[in-house]
Amino acid sequence: MGRLVDLNQIAVSLGGLPVLRDIELALDPGETLGVSGPNGAGKTTLLRVVATLLAPATGSGTVLGAELGTAAVYPVRRRIGLLAHRPALIPELTLAENLRHAANLSGIDSRKTETALRVVGLDEVSSRTAAASSFGMLRRTEVARLLITSPTILLLDEPFTGLDMEAQELIGALVSRTTSEGGSVVMVSHELGHLAAHASRLLTISQGRLEPAL
Amino acid sequence: MSFWSQVVEITRVDLKVERRLGDTMRIVLPFAVVALLVFPLTLGVDLSAISRLGPAVFWAIGILFGMQVALRQAAHDDPERRDLYALLGVDPAARFVGRTLSGGVLMLGFLGVLLVAMIALYSPELPDSWFGPLLLTSILVAVGLTELGTLAGEVTADLHNRTALASLIIAPLALPLVIGASSTLEAMTRDAGILPWILILVATDLALAVAGVGLARPLEEASR
Repeated sequence: MGRLVDLNQIAVSLGGLPVLRDIELALDPGETLGVSGPNGAGKTTLLRVVATLLAPATGSGTVLGAELGTAAVYPVRRRIGLLAHRPALIPELTLAENLRHAANLSGIDSRKTETALRVVGLDEVSSRTAAASSFGMLRRTEVARLLITSPTILLLDEPFTGLDMEAQELIGALVSRTTSEGGSVVMVSHELGHLAAHASRLLTISQGRLEPAL
Repeated sequence: MSFWSQVVEITRVDLKVERRLGDTMRIVLPFAVVALLVFPLTLGVDLSAISRLGPAVFWAIGILFGMQVALRQAAHDDPERRDLYALLGVDPAARFVGRTLSGGVLMLGFLGVLLVAMIALYSPELPDSWFGPLLLTSILVAVGLTELGTLAGEVTADLHNRTALASLIIAPLALPLVIGASSTLEAMTRDAGILPWILILVATDLALAVAGVGLARPLEEASR
């Protein structure tokens, strides 16, 4: 299997301000990359570029073989999983309904959602609405979604923030499962300690430039 | 997952969220009925004028308040959910069609209740066999207005002043719907043909459907 992510001289500007500059990044199957950096350094923007959600202003790159900024990325998006900093759940639906909604839209057997909810420890509170659930519960629901969708590229934005030890272990298990199945993981966080525990390679990002971690 | 399965899922969840939020039936509808109730007060006690103006007032209030139904909260996705839908492989055109279907159902219910209120309050002189043409007109208006609302919602997605801007986009573009709907009823009372007005409504709906489906992907990509 070839490279899953290959970015060359990527630059991104948001609202006229440069956010990423000269990004060179390659990710091979089975690799877990940790990227640390201060707030506003460009970590989330880097994840959105790898997720194909943001097209680069200059430079070129491929994700799962699809050229960034072209229509070729649309079909590969379903093989990318993103744990965003803010939960992407519908507040009025229960945790179980949110998960079933994601399963139904991806054509996944919705019976898998019950198993996933059990794995993340939400089976007894899955009838709570997202609006009435804690941040930790929302995060666990999102982890359950990533368990059932089994992405080839897993992107985690500040994955350990606000989670108890048990939930952090779930994230670790999700990372291990993805890499053992030949996928790759990119984790971004401002806490280097958490990244070092899970990543096979560490980089830092500062003022939009990627550098090897010291 | 097929396009139509995604449409059905979006429609189903949209209606479920709307049922729990109650934007249309618990907030917009009561205010629309109050507006319908207040309007005759401006005409004094001229009962024949009230009766004559009833259908026109119904469409004006229906379309004005219908904009709020079209822009209801349940039909708005925050940026994180838009990203999620993209990564789940949801076709933006399926999202447009699903939102239009759920909005159309709500709009039809909204117009139906408003129509009953108008008949009760204004006692309009309706022509014989008015129900069929009026139902057809209501369906066409409901679909057109929802298409317009969904499209305006997509154009203004992620803008802070989304609600105000979207209403300003809808208002002028809804003119063919207002003209077509009110003229259909007027033509019926004069025993004139309604086909040209129905065709205007059909053409408007089709044009909006083509624009909505065709622009769904570019608008979604541009909103990031």
